[in-house]
Amino acid sequence: MFDNYDELNDDQIDLLREIGNIGAGNAATALATILDERVEMSPPKVRITGFDDAVHELGGAETMTVGVLVSFNGEANGMIMFLLNLEDAKSIMNILVGDDDSDGELSEMKLSAIKEIGNILSSSYINSIAALTGLTINVTVPYVAIDMVGAIMSVPIIEFGALGDKLMFIEENFSGKSNHLKSNIILFAEIDTLKIIMQKLGLDL
Amino acid sequence: MSSFIVVGISDYKFSKAPEVIVTYALGSCVGVCLYDKVLKIGGLSHIMLPDSTNFVNKEINRMKFADTAIIDLVEKLRKNSFVNNRITAKIAGGAQMFETQPGSKLGGIGERNIQSVKKALYNLKIPILAEDTGLNYGRTQYFDLETGIMKIQSLNRQIKEY
Repeated sequence: MFDNYDELNDDQIDLLREIGNIGAGNAATALATILDERVEMSPPKVRITGFDDAVHELGGAETMTVGVLVSFNGEANGMIMFLLNLEDAKSIMNILVGDDDSDGELSEMKLSAIKEIGNILSSSYINSIAALTGLTINVTVPYVAIDMVGAIMSVPIIEFGALGDKLMFIEENFSGKSNHLKSNIILFAEIDTLKIIMQKLGLDL
Repeated sequence: MSSFIVVGISDYKFSKAPEVIVTYALGSCVGVCLYDKVLKIGGLSHIMLPDSTNFVNKEINRMKFADTAIIDLVEKLRKNSFVNNRITAKIAGGAQMFETQPGSKLGGIGERNIQSVKKALYNLKIPILAEDTGLNYGRTQYFDLETGIMKIQSLNRQIKEY
């Protein structure tokens, strides 16, 4: 039995990794549909890691990053955060909504398109969990922020601050015809939700 | 170039002049600078949550919560100082990073952190000389123990000194 992320054993972490892999596969499919081009995906790196390490991986606490935060609830509760560096976000937006000369800031239109992409990618993760486990999971509207990655990530960390300081960090690399894109997904699930998911997938706790 | 003493999330550091303490990318967290300007000693605490009392049955990290971290850091300062009533505070952070709909569970944690920090300081009779709190952006907080100046740096914004 475990009461926070620090206490997960290897089998349990492997299972989370597998969920991460399947989620990333679905996300790649979703992205290919949005961009209307073939998207290759290298195997995602899934890690259970501390906040500071995750922030370091993302370029350091002050790195300007686009974050889309989606909460999920129902039979499973938690949050998913989709992180994209600003340059990658801009290049996707140029494909999707065209270059509208908004060099510095992202226009409203682009912001809302990013929100939608974050929403679709996050939902594809949640959908894989739902499909694997048979749980009913609802996804809320996405929230977007562009700021220092440390500041953005502190929001879900605070929300789940009681669970120990580990999080599930998934790095995925997509490459399409015209661009290469690295995105990161961070999954925060309530501890009871983790237990339910693992039980549904046949792991003895 | 001088190096800084870095404070992580749910952490605090204590030092003396001429050191500069920094905590990077405060979002909804609150950074509290405590200072004794005569001895030029001080500390910076990066607080994540307002209240430890919801977690009483667990072993907690006292540096994480406003109600415990500030008491501990003040204790440290007072051990190094003979005069109790000289400690002053400057605070920053407590932003709302994501625009949320009213009634959402996500909103308000930054504001609750700010209020809880203020209450803890009030209870310890420590005056707040300056604050740069709330709004919707991240802040990096530098605290110069030589001058007692708190410097706030954000992306695409002017640096502010308090």
